[in-house]
Amino acid sequence: MASLLSMRRLLVALVAGVLAPGVYGTETSPRVPTNVPQPEEGQFVHVPPTMDDLENNDMHPELKRVIRRGRDLFVNTQQLRGKNVFNNMNCNSCHMGEGRLPFSAPVWPAAVVLPNYRGKNDHVNNLEERIAGCFSFSMNGKPPEYGSDDMVALAAYHQWLAKGVPRYQDGSTMYGRGYPRLPEPEEGMSFERGEQVYQESCAICHGEDGSGLVQNGEVVFPAVWGDDSYNWGAGITRHFTLASFVKHNMPLGQPNKLTDQQSWDVAYYINSHERPQDPRYTGDVKETREKYLETFHKHTNYGLEVNGRLLGDHENLGGEKDFLKPEVLRSRSFTAE
Amino acid sequence: MRWKSRVSTAFATLLLGTGTVYGLEGDVASGEATAAVCVACHQPDGSGVNVPGGESWPKLAGLNANYLYKQLVDVKEGTRTSPTMQPFVSMLDDQQMKDVSLYYSQLESTEGKGDTDATEEQLALGKKLATEGDWDRYIVPCSSCHGPDNQGAGDHFPAIAGQHAGYIADQLQAWKSGRRDNDPQHLMLAIAERMNDEDILAVSQWLSRQPAVQGGEK
Ligand code: HEC
Ligand code: HEC
Ligand code: HEC
Ligand code: HEC
Repeated sequence: MASLLSMRRLLVALVAGVLAPGVYGTETSPRVPTNVPQPEEGQFVHVPPTMDDLENNDMHPELKRVIRRGRDLFVNTQQLRGKNVFNNMNCNSCHMGEGRLPFSAPVWPAAVVLPNYRGKNDHVNNLEERIAGCFSFSMNGKPPEYGSDDMVALAAYHQWLAKGVPRYQDGSTMYGRGYPRLPEPEEGMSFERGEQVYQESCAICHGEDGSGLVQNGEVVFPAVWGDDSYNWGAGITRHFTLASFVKHNMPLGQPNKLTDQQSWDVAYYINSHERPQDPRYTGDVKETREKYLETFHKHTNYGLEVNGRLLGDHENLGGEKDFLKPEVLRSRSFTAE
Repeated sequence: MRWKSRVSTAFATLLLGTGTVYGLEGDVASGEATAAVCVACHQPDGSGVNVPGGESWPKLAGLNANYLYKQLVDVKEGTRTSPTMQPFVSMLDDQQMKDVSLYYSQLESTEGKGDTDATEEQLALGKKLATEGDWDRYIVPCSSCHGPDNQGAGDHFPAIAGQHAGYIADQLQAWKSGRRDNDPQHLMLAIAERMNDEDILAVSQWLSRQPAVQGGEK
């Protein structure tokens, strides 16, 4: 019964803390409510530990130091710019709130559901390989070596956030995991409507040209398209993924403000712009689209004509990147080598 | 040449004497003349005055010109209410508002003032809110919008590091109470209304102690 009790306590803490932000600040109901969805019956709820919890934890100081290093890499991945990262992203740009926030693809699930089979590369992946995936596509980069200091530190941070979650806990029932798919858009997706949403709600930070804002050499607002954004192979180029990210996380500080329809439209608009080439590019955009159609590109605009332009039909790898595909992205057979 | 870094380089080209900041053309010397009626409160060097417990006069020196201009327009049009400021701003025409905004944006930034008796715990909480936020209450870190070291980002997100504590706290309370309501898309309201009095005190004390410009002194 002990576990049930602690679960209850967790839920109470969650309802007071994570789920109803704003209740502390005002007696009256907030003018900009966060409307974060409540857990549903039967969902597994986990509140990841904070850095304060880490300081108070009874573990070897060296492990604490490495976990802190992992967090630092996660929130400021730009420190690996030009080495492992070739765009304006931090891990935190999409996994907001230090990778802890529900509905912002919190990263702790990966530490307990992996190793597991992954359709995107059609083999069994472990945590480091999952992290390498986001480096290669979302960060348009080259992952740190498996087992390297930076990789181990990042993995340790993920593992710490999963503290207390049973190994191989069922990933499909986790509260707030990933960017849960929104209901299909009733009116389809529209570039024009999306453009209007973008100008009204997003351009003030991400810029009319999608390039975001860099101030004194530091990224303030990440690029949503163009050379400094994620590449054509990133999960968030799928309309359903971006629509849900936006719905639950943007505009910054105002989650769930846009309607589902607005979120689909603005996702379609953003992903109708150019970005660096898919690292899986075969040399022909139509062929590449076809090759990864079922597992991926049927949800993207890559290799499609939008407003008279064939998207992804170029050799542009993004700003300073001089390789197409990081070497570590390779298939595995798990048979004697 | 400090002012060069104060405006977003993508948009701005400032010339000596006359200047253009993305859609804002003005004459600095005329701005200085206009500022004669402002110095009583904002001080000749634009440093303002911190009045704990009373109405503070904000520091204007070194703030982004477009931001300052927007505030003047808002006060004049009544979308930002300030009985203290209103009479002075309503005397100005549009060009004077542009000139005086450019003038203040080019003054060298001065240091912020806070209460000397702020505690260590207060400052620690303030630092946390300003640089890491409190996501469990959906308080986004101030620096996510107000830029690196909270020294401002672009034309829309003013520097708040090195501003007076009394003024910062007063503005946050003003958003909560509805007295200030002129922020674009209610980006600031959303954050302010999630903060309690303790948060507001802490963050304003900590921010007032931070350098207002890169490499600047506290
Ligand atoms: C441009 C956006 C973006 C960036 C930047 C990004 N990711 Fe991701 N990440 C995603 C998407 C999309 C998913 C898949 C979410 C889903 O399945 O709904 C994901 C999934 C993950 C997962 C698996 C989560 C789970 O539930 O199993 C991990 C772990 C992860 N990312 C780590 C990282 C790390 C580490 C970095 C920085 C090196 C990073 N990501 C940067 C978009 C991003
Ligand atoms: C107040 C500024 C602000 C506004 C307004 C805003 N964003 Fe963001 N956005 C950010 C920041 C900052 C991040 C990175 C998250 C972080 O660091 O916490 C981000 C991240 C993103 C990302 C993931 C990273 C990337 O660059 O691809 C996307 C996509 C995005 N925003 C889309 C939108 C859309 C669509 C809107 C309008 C509906 C919007 N944003 C409005 C500030 C803003
Ligand atoms: C009697 C004192 C007083 C005088 C004179 C005065 N101000 Fe102010 N000013 C204030 C106060 C008080 C505020 C804060 C208003 C509030 O609470 O919203 C303020 C705010 C401002 C702001 C907004 C600053 C920000 O960071 O948002 C600007 C810009 C400004 N004043 C410019 C001027 C100019 C230009 C003049 C002269 C034409 C002037 N003020 C004259 C007291 C004064
Ligand atoms: C989502 C973006 C966002 C975040 C996060 C944010 N702010 Fe703001 N803030 C703004 C905007 C936009 C303005 C300018 C409003 C206007 O144009 O009138 C502003 C203005 C202010 C002002 C008034 C400055 C002046 O000179 O009058 C203060 C004070 C302030 N913010 C404090 C904070 C503090 C403290 C935090 C962190 C707890 C914070 N802000 C977080 C968007 C944000």
